[in-house]
Amino acid sequence: MQVTRKNSLFTRYELIGFAILAAIIFIVFPMIMDTFRLNLFGKYLTYAFVAVGLVLCWGAGGILSLGQGVFFGLGGYCMAMFLKLEASTPENTSIQSTPGIPDFMDWNQLTALPWWWEPFHSLTLSLIAVIVVPVAFAFIIGVAMFRRRVGGVYFAIITQAIAAVMTILIIGQQGYTGGVNGITDLRTLLGWDIRTDEAKEILYFVNGALLFVCLGIAQYVRKSKLGRLLIAMRDQEDRVRFSGYDVANFKIFIFCLGAAFAAVGGAMFTLQVGFMSPSFVGIVPSIEMVIFAAVGGRLSILGAVYGTLLVNWAKTTFSESFPELWLLGLGALFIAVVMAFPNGLAGVWSEHVMPRLRKLGSRGDSGTPDAAPSTPAAE
Amino acid sequence: MLEHAKGNPNYVLMVEGLTVSFDGFKAVNDLSFYVEPNECRVIIGPNGAGKTTVLDLICGRTRATEGSVQFKGQELLRMREDQIVHAGVGRKFQTPSVYEDLSVYENLELSFPKGHGVFGALFFARDEEVNARILEIAELIFLDEQLDEKAAYLSHGQKQWLEIGMLLIQDPQLLMLDEPVAGMSVAERKKTAELLNRIIQDRSVIVIEHDMGFVEDIATRVTVLHQGKVLSEGSMERVQNDPKVIEVYLGH
Repeated sequence: MQVTRKNSLFTRYELIGFAILAAIIFIVFPMIMDTFRLNLFGKYLTYAFVAVGLVLCWGAGGILSLGQGVFFGLGGYCMAMFLKLEASTPENTSIQSTPGIPDFMDWNQLTALPWWWEPFHSLTLSLIAVIVVPVAFAFIIGVAMFRRRVGGVYFAIITQAIAAVMTILIIGQQGYTGGVNGITDLRTLLGWDIRTDEAKEILYFVNGALLFVCLGIAQYVRKSKLGRLLIAMRDQEDRVRFSGYDVANFKIFIFCLGAAFAAVGGAMFTLQVGFMSPSFVGIVPSIEMVIFAAVGGRLSILGAVYGTLLVNWAKTTFSESFPELWLLGLGALFIAVVMAFPNGLAGVWSEHVMPRLRKLGSRGDSGTPDAAPSTPAAE
Repeated sequence: MLEHAKGNPNYVLMVEGLTVSFDGFKAVNDLSFYVEPNECRVIIGPNGAGKTTVLDLICGRTRATEGSVQFKGQELLRMREDQIVHAGVGRKFQTPSVYEDLSVYENLELSFPKGHGVFGALFFARDEEVNARILEIAELIFLDEQLDEKAAYLSHGQKQWLEIGMLLIQDPQLLMLDEPVAGMSVAERKKTAELLNRIIQDRSVIVIEHDMGFVEDIATRVTVLHQGKVLSEGSMERVQNDPKVIEVYLGH
């Protein structure tokens, strides 16, 4: 009989999976793509932060949020506010009736910077806000919902409503938020021009590194007892509760963690794309993010990254040729995944490809199959 | 008998005047009973008598309309489910509730009474103490060979044992089992009776059961419920010969 069951952070296959993904992101993509494409894929990867958070919330914990765009957007807006203030020096804005405030405020007859914009003069405070604002918001939602034991479909609908409300709020308050156009014309980060090719390449690597930080945290959480508790809660919530756990606390935690990941993605989006607008906050982007996770495999954090890349690459490619068909295609893809491959690409990989590979060669490993890397079909 | 019990600190559990009303229907109606240390109390009664509801009320799954449930001097009715568990009350559900996607080992690990906060769970370590305890319990519930198997692949009887094991690892002072042998084969029943006889040694147990042979095997005392009220209470022999009980329950 075996003695202690090891609980190592990575099984051999997971380690290989991480290494393959790292090679693709840090070596293959930069080698085969020009700056424009690389920047595009960097943008896709910012959505992968959200998808990884969804794997934890939805795949492991069974909490389906259809409002992750809210946290992506809040993170992105916090970053954009800092960049906008830096771009709105009195010299740059001397033609405005009130120089020194963001242009859209001037257009909306504001004559002074609102007090809650003031902290965003500081990069440190802005970076803190990127995480704290979305997490605090997620915490409030989490406490309000999970303490009252709202779950399942009801939770999904409420998060969707929150995404809708957030979009309406941002668009409605255009003097404070830039309205439907969002916060645009961002130029420099502490004097460093983020619009140059060189900056875009550096930001791509920073983005990739941050994604791996999030993947590492996600992997740690999955392998901790908390990760197993999430799975237990998904299947037998009452049993967990009557084993002495306060279930709501765990749901709040994982929801906040998912929000934090999304927020980092949002901030990196702003930096790489150069603007942030309500079209990344609302219902449609929020649902798209769920589709990324579903296509990649909602149980696999690596699968979620591949799923995000694949769907976005397909979106760009197909919507260039058949713009009107893309949304239908996306819907069909989602239905196909749910009906035929409920575990997405990662499921196809671990159920069909891996067993064959194993038969072909190497010694076995008792690692959990659902954590296996997904297909490298992203390009 | 009930009168002198009031305020007697020797009882582990004192249920007094417990009432729950669902839209006017009183599933449990002014129920009182007392459980002594190391007692194995079996609750029997016809379907719909309120047996499971009583356990739900004690463990906080259902909120009582009236009454009091005192466990070692603490009022359980005002506590949250997880607080009741930490006070020392364990509950097994009627249908086996195990985590099917996790291994037997992990099922037991999650029930180990440590690391129950968010950060406790995040930084929980499988140390020797945890491991030894899991192996000990696994042996007790006849699952030491299945530790690495997914719980989904266990037989029905094995799942029941696993859930009992998940409770045992918490070492509760009061263990509540809802039909622990339902759906088990004769051989499994015998093993379960043996298991229960072993685990009730140093704690109080409340069992809901229909199988009279099994009840006779384990019961210290029997409470017969009928329409949310106590119909009869006492030793198995006394209850079996109670004409009221024969009429509503055993006579069929």
